Amino acid sequence: MRTEDLINTLAVDRTVDAAPGRTLALALVAGTIIGAIVFAEMLGVRDDVGEAMRTVRFPFKFVVTIALAIAGLSLVSSLERPGANARAAARLLIIPAMLIGSAVLLELMVVPSSGWAPRMIGSNAMICLSAIPTIAIAPLVTVLIAMRHAAPTAPARAGAAAGLLAAGVAATLYASHCTDDSPLFVVIWYSIAIALVAAAGAWLGPRVLRW
Amino acid sequence: MAAALDGDETAYRRLLAALTPVLRANARRTLSRMGAPTADAEDIVQETLLALHLHRHTWRRSSPIGPWVTAIARYKLIDTLRRRGRRAEVTIDDLVDALPDAADQEEELGRQQAARLVETLDGRQGEVVRAISLEGADIKETATKLGMSEGAVRVALHRGLKALARMYKVSER
Repeated sequence: MRTEDLINTLAVDRTVDAAPGRTLALALVAGTIIGAIVFAEMLGVRDDVGEAMRTVRFPFKFVVTIALAIAGLSLVSSLERPGANARAAARLLIIPAMLIGSAVLLELMVVPSSGWAPRMIGSNAMICLSAIPTIAIAPLVTVLIAMRHAAPTAPARAGAAAGLLAAGVAATLYASHCTDDSPLFVVIWYSIAIALVAAAGAWLGPRVLRW
Repeated sequence: MAAALDGDETAYRRLLAALTPVLRANARRTLSRMGAPTADAEDIVQETLLALHLHRHTWRRSSPIGPWVTAIARYKLIDTLRRRGRRAEVTIDDLVDALPDAADQEEELGRQQAARLVETLDGRQGEVVRAISLEGADIKETATKLGMSEGAVRVALHRGLKALARMYKVSER
């Protein structure tokens, strides 16, 4: 086939696929709903949530995890478009990192050193490590499916970004169950769980995002 | 591209035709640097044009088109080389700036990979894509010839082109 014939054929095809932003938004909503159902079946919101909301540490967990989800979303939406500059989005990741970092410093200042270890180890570490990745499966899958409709040119990085977004959603849900509210707990166990999901995304990326 | 997305067929054809020599020059340059036969350049050009076309919804109207085209061209070039088992270390510098001095040689056939793949497209999609690409028919003529509605022809064409892109991905050269 001559290249000219191909060009003429392409020009005749006027069907343009749906904008990637819309596809991604739909996928994220669907993934979050499924993740929330998994979370409700598996754990559910903690019983003293009303009281907990009046503390500082409990609501702060959501500030951090939601900031992570927003940064992940922004990273996904730039990495799924060829030629888009992902640097600004990558910089957004500093926000959740700084939030939890300053919270850890404050916690170390207010809590006597004898209280550090028990708060860090908490009582839900293993649940945290298994629940966040489990809840993240659905949003990770739906986001990766949405990204297949776009055109990520760095599939491993794009997959890792999908992992961060899914982990942000999963951590937000899980945070409403977990009774370990200390930033010392969050910075260790949430981070490990989030890194696991991001690594899974980075591994999956080159396998499922090729086009 | 904005005009093309709004349905201006002529503008779209002109854009693709203008990009072609640049893509061709880059494909040739990279292939010859890798010591690969430059006869394959046209196959890469055609696959890249198809990729640009099928992913044009990922271009943001507010962004310049250069980096978008460059990123897709580079991705397709690396992908092709990787598929052939060569080490892919490719840089396309300022692809769009290269426009004026890009050599436009009249070698448009390559190894006919596209034609071969189009021949193997199944069913209605295959019939539609072949009628339009090889016989130069338009939507209306194709609809009459195959006894389909114009809408069905449009859908079959788009799906057929997507199927073609998938075949490139798994095809061996």
